[in-house]
Amino acid sequence: MKKILLGNEAIVQGALEAGVDFVSGYPGCPSAEIGDEFLKLSRLQSNRGSTMTTTAVGASGQKENGVYSEWSTNEKVALEAAIGASFSGLKSLVNMKSFGINVCSDSLFPLAYTGTKSPMVIVVADDPSCWSSAQSEQDSRGYAYLSHIPVLEPSDPQECRDFTKLGFELSEKFNIPVILRTTTRVAHQRMPVEFDEVGSRPQKTGEFIKNHHQFSTMPPRVLEMKKELLEKLEKIKAYVEKTKINKISKNPGSEKFGIVASGVAYLHTLEALKELDLNVPILKINLFYPLADKTIASFIKKIKKVLVVEELEGYLEKEIKAIAKDINLNLQVFGKDLLSKTGELNTEKVILALSEISNFKIQNSKFNLLSGRQELKIPRRTARLCEGCPYWNVFPVIKRIAPEGTIFGGDIGCNMIAGLAPHSMHDYLFSMGASLGISHGVKKSTSQKVISLMGDGTFFHAGIPALINAVYNKSNPLVVILDNRITAMTGHQQNPGMGKTGMGEDTEELKIEEIAKACGVKHIKVLDPANTKEFENAIKEFLDKDEVSLIICRKICKLLEKRQNSPSQIISPD
Amino acid sequence: MQDKTFNIIISGVGGQGVITLLSLIDEAAFVEGYDVKSSELHGLSQRGGSVLAYIRFGKKVYSPLVQDGRADLIIGLELLEGLRVLNFASKDTAVLINKYIFPVLGGLPQEEIIKKLNESFVKKMHIVEASGICKEKLQNEVVSAIYLLGYAVGKKLIPIKKESILKAIENIVPEKYRELNIKAFNLAYGDN
Repeated sequence: MKKILLGNEAIVQGALEAGVDFVSGYPGCPSAEIGDEFLKLSRLQSNRGSTMTTTAVGASGQKENGVYSEWSTNEKVALEAAIGASFSGLKSLVNMKSFGINVCSDSLFPLAYTGTKSPMVIVVADDPSCWSSAQSEQDSRGYAYLSHIPVLEPSDPQECRDFTKLGFELSEKFNIPVILRTTTRVAHQRMPVEFDEVGSRPQKTGEFIKNHHQFSTMPPRVLEMKKELLEKLEKIKAYVEKTKINKISKNPGSEKFGIVASGVAYLHTLEALKELDLNVPILKINLFYPLADKTIASFIKKIKKVLVVEELEGYLEKEIKAIAKDINLNLQVFGKDLLSKTGELNTEKVILALSEISNFKIQNSKFNLLSGRQELKIPRRTARLCEGCPYWNVFPVIKRIAPEGTIFGGDIGCNMIAGLAPHSMHDYLFSMGASLGISHGVKKSTSQKVISLMGDGTFFHAGIPALINAVYNKSNPLVVILDNRITAMTGHQQNPGMGKTGMGEDTEELKIEEIAKACGVKHIKVLDPANTKEFENAIKEFLDKDEVSLIICRKICKLLEKRQNSPSQIISPD
Repeated sequence: MQDKTFNIIISGVGGQGVITLLSLIDEAAFVEGYDVKSSELHGLSQRGGSVLAYIRFGKKVYSPLVQDGRADLIIGLELLEGLRVLNFASKDTAVLINKYIFPVLGGLPQEEIIKKLNESFVKKMHIVEASGICKEKLQNEVVSAIYLLGYAVGKKLIPIKKESILKAIENIVPEKYRELNIKAFNLAYGDN
């Protein structure tokens, strides 16, 4: 079977082919479609269970895929859920964007020590150029060094499907979780993908078989575990060398020049070589960690120059320099001196790097990269609130009512747009929930007024510990929760405030005001921000309080409202 | 089937249907037996911001991104966004732009954008009232992207057959929207 798939869809396909049983994650861009796709499948499946819709769904040809899936409250909880599933004998997949791995790292590191029981693949999607990311341009490959977890790096959707399967295989063989690291240009790339159709199967029930020795990291056992992990990595390395997971286009032989490339940068490299009509041997690194030193050594042994084409950090370049010291002292290693550490790569950048190194000159007429470019001064069109968005009633009011000099803390989600014109409100923006954590520090350090802006999804994700801290340590920022009843920015995923699970089942609807009350917040108001007068009064009153105060602006996301009112209509933010 | 890789840039504003148009062209090229690669953006970059998508098809395609000055066809779903991506054009590029403006702070007036487009180095410049026509004849502006595709196929600005686009619509557009999409496509295709 061959079909055009998005990178993220190909990951779902690969996981289904590998027989995944349990999927958890937290939505973020560019990984969100992975969880969305699994939940779509799970919803069809749970609908099938109810007699009313059985035939309708059956008639559309949907099959039971046997997968449980969920949006978890944050990435740490998502990973822990998958650990529980793995220890109970289920194959699991966890999906998150780059920053998610920071959140889950606390449990990720011990997981490398205990290892998995049933295989687990953790998908982490980086975003070079920060197309959809505030906070940092993170290269999550670095976690391989910290956690000692193998990292696979696909270049395109076909490899997304293939490497997801490979990840499950490696995980099963070595009882270790495997990270599948994508980037925006891989996750959101489309191409015809070959795959096998998956037959139906019922959902599996696992069994937790007690094994304290494997699952508990209490010292002194933890140090034994570390030793076992390092030994395991040596075995994986040997296996990788033997099975040739990394690909060499042709052996350098008498050539003087070679290229080592990974991820989508490999595709730009092929394109650049085609364009320049060059035939240079390429070593494509598919498994970033543990790195196949011997494969690299044999590739660089006889050449004089090597160009390392990797996005963001120069991790591979450093490794290659270290290997070259032992076997080819005169090797000239090029990489981050020619290809920037910031921003995604493209064909032009690789062509320029190649021209710097090689003896050939790029003919101006043919490869003048600025040909056809006009110097146009066009105003930037940045993200903005949708038409009818309830936040239109929030930002201007806060700005007007808050006294001059008030400090505004921004947070992640649609409310990030408060930082852009015409609102331009943010005095700081960090990570999920950080608006409140930082506000508390500012309040404690100054006598200034501080207002934190946070969405409902973010409150559940990481806002609660910060709220408890502010109350416990006797701080008094004003927190404004923009509760639009859904996790909107990443494409409308369910969250604990909605009374629905990701799979569409009814569940407990967690009320932010009740949580805040239980956290000791004394001043709480829930209002519709369209009632401007009420909102203004609440801000005025609460800014004078000596304790933490919280206003919940509760109004449904306009896109969600439209969709609920006309269920037959497909309204999506894209 | 042509040997040379055909490069397309689609630009617009988040919500205009850039990804639907991209999926249709991807699918149609695939139906014709081409190798296809495309790249798109989601999330923050899409919320009413500029959206830029790349499509490349040919015998064998590696990178999903189009180089500066190398587009064979540029489809701009909005005037300013069309002007913005002219760095991908050479003098031989066909540029097809919806005569529709989505205002932006500090933006240029419509006449000035059109003037700039017409005075650019691009020889094959097509500025088409897609949104206006779709609104008037189909009571639906969202399909203006499909209208532009019909125009491009009709004028042979893209080496894809009408039948392949219709097949693509059948393959990927939900049944209840198919007729509307086909109507929008034919409306522009038939004018040629």
